[in-house]
Amino acid sequence: MSQPPAFQIDGLRRGYGGGWRLDLPELEVGRAEFLAILGPTGAGKSTLLRLLHFLDAPEAGRVDYEGKPIPFPAPLEIRRSIGMIFQRPLMVSGSVRDNVAFGLRVRGQHDPRRVDDLLTRFDLMHLARREARLVSGGEMQRLALARALASRPHVLLLDEPAASLDPGHAAVVEGIIRDTHREDGTTIVLATHNLGQARRLAQRVGVLVGGRLIEIGETRDVFDRPRNALTAAYLRGDLLTEEASPP
Amino acid sequence: MEVIRLTFVVSVVALAISSVLGIPVGSWMGLRRFRGRGLLRTLIYTGMGLPPVVVGLAVYLTLSRQGPMGDLEWLFTPAGMVAAQVIIAFPIVAGLTSAALEGLDPEFPLQVRSLGANARQEAAAMLRQARGGVIAALLAAFGGIISEVGAAMLVGGNIEGKTRVLSTAIVLETRRGEFATALALGGVLLVLAFVVNAGLLRLQVTPRHPS
Repeated sequence: MSQPPAFQIDGLRRGYGGGWRLDLPELEVGRAEFLAILGPTGAGKSTLLRLLHFLDAPEAGRVDYEGKPIPFPAPLEIRRSIGMIFQRPLMVSGSVRDNVAFGLRVRGQHDPRRVDDLLTRFDLMHLARREARLVSGGEMQRLALARALASRPHVLLLDEPAASLDPGHAAVVEGIIRDTHREDGTTIVLATHNLGQARRLAQRVGVLVGGRLIEIGETRDVFDRPRNALTAAYLRGDLLTEEASPP
Repeated sequence: MEVIRLTFVVSVVALAISSVLGIPVGSWMGLRRFRGRGLLRTLIYTGMGLPPVVVGLAVYLTLSRQGPMGDLEWLFTPAGMVAAQVIIAFPIVAGLTSAALEGLDPEFPLQVRSLGANARQEAAAMLRQARGGVIAALLAAFGGIISEVGAAMLVGGNIEGKTRVLSTAIVLETRRGEFATALALGGVLLVLAFVVNAGLLRLQVTPRHPS
């Protein structure tokens, strides 16, 4: 018997100011899959990630997680098996090290070696004792990923994880994301504007426009032979705003 | 000396009780959305501006022999003074704690939850995040308590060796024309306030680890 998928979405809807901000009749994310969600600003990418993290309740439909329907509010163990990088990461008061250790501490775990290892991998060791709220945007973004990985989540949700990074650190972060997927078998859903990043990392790509998934397929197929005209326009850079509505 | 000791004990006990009551109520008001929250907030904010002498009068009547809580025999005792001070300081602690929490980024609780915090850990993280504002709430409450004279006078009665505190002693010495003594007591009051405030401010800067 094969394992149930990481996520199985059925008739998921989330409203916003009268219309549906997100309207997904179905979507499946396999175990250990790497799915990238592309789409213009305001397309509903962040909304989708929050629903997948069970931080937000859908207005209609359901999300099954590892084969089970999840009620809202979701049980703590379910939420704790999922990690997320927010587009604008916020630091908890304390040092950079405190932030990396935060997820472990709330789980009652103490693993200074894991924390040190992450600080080193993310090139943050020299900042370990610095107040986290005072580090730069790029450092904060690396810290946010280190912090989310500390507790070894089954699923990692990434909302523009490399937006404020310089090219060198963006490459480091991409490498770590790739390793997390390949070596740890972590399921990853990446929401991004960065087409190159999606192409380099993801196995499948979905295109979200106006809250609807207009296309989904193998990364190479979507990039090389988009079936939807809006996808083609988006990939060319001709689709700019959230006003673009699905066909 | 007894005056200084009593001032310190009454103020610190009143501040401690106000904090134990006010921080949870302020957190609840600042973090949760519930029915009647607007009304509660208006009541608390009104409480922040209560004239101490009116509080003193109300507590006096409540604790007087014919009053509803006359059996406690707290009138003209330090316990009665603490009760009055708590009524004055509690709304300050609760109101300013709530305001400090509401000032946090609205996405902050979501991100803390995303890191695996349960409800209690989330509230603790938010209080830590708003620690500066919460300490400011305690400082404001302590300032209100230690300098307060109306309620202390009415409820305590300014009885030497029993309920005389620095603020009421200053009033007495001034009325007697003993200005030098009054000024000296004023100096002592300032030093006492300085010591307690310095202690509270240390909490504001000491780095704390998440639990």
